[in-house]
Amino acid sequence: MPRSFESILYEIRESLVMALVALRTNKLRSILTLLSMSVGVFSIIAVMTAMGVMVNSIENGLSQLGANTFQVQKNQEFESDNPRDRAKLRNRKNIQHSEGILVKERASLAKIVGLEAWEGGKIITTTDGKKTNPGVSLVGEDVEGFATNDWLIGDGRLFTQDELNSGRHVAIIGTVVVQKLFAKTDPLGQTIRIDGQEYEIVGVLAEKGGMLGGNQDNFVAIPLTTFFTIYGHDRDIHIMVQSTSRETYEDCIEQVRGILRAVRHVAPGADDDFHIFSNDTLIQSFNDFSKYVRLGLLFISAVALIAAGVGIMNIMLVSVTERTREIGIRKAIGAKKKNILTQFILEAVVVSQLGGVIGILFGVIAGNIIAFMLSVPPVIPVDWTIIGFVTCSLIGIIFGVYPAWKASNLDPIEALRYE
Amino acid sequence: MNNNSVVISLQQIKKIYDMGGVEEVQALRGVSLEIQKNEYVAIMGPSGSGKSTLMNIIGCLDTPTSGLYEFNTVNVSEMNDNQLARVRNKEIGFVFQTFNLLARSDALHNVELPLIYAGVPSVDRKRMAREALEHVGLGDRIHHKPNELSGGQRQRVAVARALVNRPSILLADEPTGNLDSKTGDEIMILFEELHRQGNTIILVTHEEYIAEHAYRIIRIRDGMVESDTPVERRAKVLAAVS
Ligand SMILES: Nc1ncnc2c1ncn2[C@@H]1O[C@H](COP(=O)(O)OP(=O)(O)OP(=O)(O)O)[C@@H](O)[C@H]1O
Ligand SMILES: [Mg+2]
Repeated sequence: MPRSFESILYEIRESLVMALVALRTNKLRSILTLLSMSVGVFSIIAVMTAMGVMVNSIENGLSQLGANTFQVQKNQEFESDNPRDRAKLRNRKNIQHSEGILVKERASLAKIVGLEAWEGGKIITTTDGKKTNPGVSLVGEDVEGFATNDWLIGDGRLFTQDELNSGRHVAIIGTVVVQKLFAKTDPLGQTIRIDGQEYEIVGVLAEKGGMLGGNQDNFVAIPLTTFFTIYGHDRDIHIMVQSTSRETYEDCIEQVRGILRAVRHVAPGADDDFHIFSNDTLIQSFNDFSKYVRLGLLFISAVALIAAGVGIMNIMLVSVTERTREIGIRKAIGAKKKNILTQFILEAVVVSQLGGVIGILFGVIAGNIIAFMLSVPPVIPVDWTIIGFVTCSLIGIIFGVYPAWKASNLDPIEALRYE
Repeated sequence: MNNNSVVISLQQIKKIYDMGGVEEVQALRGVSLEIQKNEYVAIMGPSGSGKSTLMNIIGCLDTPTSGLYEFNTVNVSEMNDNQLARVRNKEIGFVFQTFNLLARSDALHNVELPLIYAGVPSVDRKRMAREALEHVGLGDRIHHKPNELSGGQRQRVAVARALVNRPSILLADEPTGNLDSKTGDEIMILFEELHRQGNTIILVTHEEYIAEHAYRIIRIRDGMVESDTPVERRAKVLAAVS
């Protein structure tokens, strides 16, 4: 009689039921096996969820530029690990204010060009002696820079063109600075000191939110001209350009590239001695950088899973020894090798899968706790969930085969005599 | 009876346990016997004489050191693993001296087990297992685990399991060893019924009055057949039971 597909299905179902019964009757061991699997899968899923969350967060954070906007700066935001590249980058000339002005004048495809220069690690003090930590950034900004940065005024007003031209000591502050220094008073009209200079607060920025635990709201903006007067005129600046439309974006980038190559005397055929990035290139370079992190973590997780697999095999082997009598009984009343083999493999697989599901669940939760902390939307890594599930099924099979094979080959009478 | 109805044929069966080095135990020293279809045989003998060893060989669980064993005219030593499993599952019902129940499964699951391996669908086998347990008077204990049952009740679960698949041959190694004479008699009535239905029964016992339910008594001593005689007082015994 040919064995129909149906009868094979039936047999698997029976073995599954028996495996489940056996798992229920050997609770402690099942739980231990399950745990080792959970831990392995947990580590993969937690790490991958966390990576997903971080990518999201960084993408959110990096999408700081307004629409159709790109930025030109001297160096790349994520450093290359090639030492030759690094040396080359160090020797680059600063982007001068005059070069920024030229772009403003000549870039016909640009709707807005904003210029800015940054200083880090400032302490801000108030007239009544309050102080911030020395971690506040100071930016010299022109009026257009607020638009290209997508910075909105929450309270007060922007610098006037006049204030900018005459280099007045006025400031617009981020919400973190407000919380630190003006929790109870109105900051508008107050005076703050930075590096010995006094500034009158004319505006407060709307909150932008944190990125990767860092903060986009922890800075003070002063007019760009004022910044140059105090910190030097040859400072390296960022040029931010918004194209006239989505369609002109690529051309606009090329136009600005051409202008800068000309004024910076870059030889034809030589690489740019400046870096242009858009939201896309920023995310791209982050992904390049995080690829190695991912690979490393994947390797660690694979090791964890193999360890879990070996753990399962070990526990299954102990299980087979302990259940020798049971196997003997089953064989004595007519179990075929195949029956015992399927039962023990299925036990291993079911335990691995159960462990896997638990691991996936907790992994996703743990990964998303990070999302919660970074206040970015939660992530469910569907691909990794599936990969995790399939992987632990495979591990269950691979590491379950040997113990199951051992069980199925026991001699019935020897097994029955086993104490 | 003609030769075709010989279901069990043993020729010069020996079983020697090598205890390592010089020592060896000769559990069976050349047993030859034939059992016909629908025979009802009792095997008797002192403890350690080799009865269980013989039963294990007949039940296709153990292999003899030497000698020829033909089951239904097939040489058992030439059967492969699956054929042996099939014989153990379908042809032979075995009641073990030590019960051999799955310790952590309830009575119902224990009795169900042979049916699972026989491929009986779930609904049918639950019903059949329950009926078999009711048959041995354990209808109210089907969800008890072996350690929640008395020795006699365990023995009856073992009997139910041996019978549930309706084997043509029943091998029972002291099936009434732990039973009082009343429940013992009930089991014997059950066997009698099976025998009437055409089954072959071989049982090991220490008790004369149990042995006398059989039609033939084989006495074993020191691994050899000492005597092999038909039972004369059967009619009287049967009358007393029923
Ligand atoms: N696995 C074994 N290894 C060594 N010797 C064994 C083994 N099994 C049985 N024997 C020996 O074989 C002999 C026969 O044993 P067996 O179990 O067949 O006796 P029995 O007739 O069933 O006794 P009882 O009435 O006590 O059940 C005994 O001497 C026993 O010690
Ligand atoms: Mg015995």
